[in-house]
Amino acid sequence: MKKVIDILQELRPEFDFTTNEDYIEDGMLDSFDVVSLVSMMDKEYGISIKGREIVPENFSSLAKIQALVKKYGVTDEV
Amino acid sequence: MKFKFHGKRIGGILTVIPKNVRTFEEEMGNYTATNARMKRMKEVMGYGEHRIVEPDTCVSDMAVFGAEQLFARGLVKKDEIGALLLVTDSPDHFLPPTSNIIQGRLGLSEDVYCLDMIQGCSGYVIGLLQAFQLLEQLRDKKVLLIVGTALSRKVSPKDRKTYPLVGDAVSVSIVENCAEATNIYAEMRMDGTRADALMIPAGGFRMPCTPETAVEHEDEDGNIRSLDNIVMKGGEVFNFMQVDVPPLIEGILQTAGKTKEEIDWFLFHQPNKFMVEKLADELEIPREKMPSNIVSHFGNSSGATIPTNICSNLADRVCEQSFDVCLSGFGVGLAWGAIVMKIGPLRFCEFAEY
Repeated sequence: MKKVIDILQELRPEFDFTTNEDYIEDGMLDSFDVVSLVSMMDKEYGISIKGREIVPENFSSLAKIQALVKKYGVTDEV
Repeated sequence: MKFKFHGKRIGGILTVIPKNVRTFEEEMGNYTATNARMKRMKEVMGYGEHRIVEPDTCVSDMAVFGAEQLFARGLVKKDEIGALLLVTDSPDHFLPPTSNIIQGRLGLSEDVYCLDMIQGCSGYVIGLLQAFQLLEQLRDKKVLLIVGTALSRKVSPKDRKTYPLVGDAVSVSIVENCAEATNIYAEMRMDGTRADALMIPAGGFRMPCTPETAVEHEDEDGNIRSLDNIVMKGGEVFNFMQVDVPPLIEGILQTAGKTKEEIDWFLFHQPNKFMVEKLADELEIPREKMPSNIVSHFGNSSGATIPTNICSNLADRVCEQSFDVCLSGFGVGLAWGAIVMKIGPLRFCEFAEY
């Protein structure tokens, strides 16, 4: 199972997602990247992240994205 | 506002699409993003082919072309038409109303009531609601309901938020009285406080088009457009669709006394594949009951996506049998509405290329 950080790097290889920057505010993920990320995570983890949770604040950091995925019962380390 | 009608039906639908087919691949180079990101967008959003009008084609041209086919083939007679309703986001002119222009070009009687409604993605729902109300007065006459767009002419080809998804189309529906038709339930909601979520800033009286409004600028995501082009707050529109539309659908089904299982098809407006799939998941409706392939094959033709959906996905079956359907349109305004009704058997349900 891929980890969220791996999916992020695959999505935007030009950025370092291990930094503490705000992914949205700092332009590392735009709205289409967020949609792509959701689609990739849905497939990878066998979940369907609810549309109402696809808001910028849930995608501003690695910790927030991991927390979102875990809400859907993914118990493995992501 | 809630509505209930009895004894009305859709008699037939003809959807006119431009002959000009453009593909996402051939336009990818117009956008400021890597090919890998563009290909991912194509897969997730369902971008494929879209139909784009020629630079001088207007909604009235496609509408007249479609209606004349119906008259020529005897699918409806001119003297059966009591009203001509046009719902569009791209009228030919501010004045006169485009519906009057269409009436004149079709040679319809002076007794035909013509009305333009400037609406976008919820246009088919709004048009049907107006048609059903007019039919209370028309008795033996029918409504020629025309819903469509040529909005690609106002979309910047360098804006990847809007251009890959846009498509042009005009649907011509016959809406009529039918004593045997079952009850129709509908609800329409509007929220003008979010009017700037989807807008063309320049071109009206508030901000007339000038050389300055035509100057292109680049937004924070690298999209290039001018104030003469449509601009969409994608995140806000997406959130609106996921938060406001589901309770409307749940409510109208309850009012109609129908379960989700009893509805054969959820025929919704289609901004892109991802949005429709997420909406289906949110409503816990099987994705196969809510088709999401219109953007891939035709583009998002605003109010015309619902009839395009019907003509594309149900054409053969809906001419043979009747289905319980939930129609829903949502977008510009913001406006969102839904109708629960039976559709079919239709006398015709098809495409014509202009």
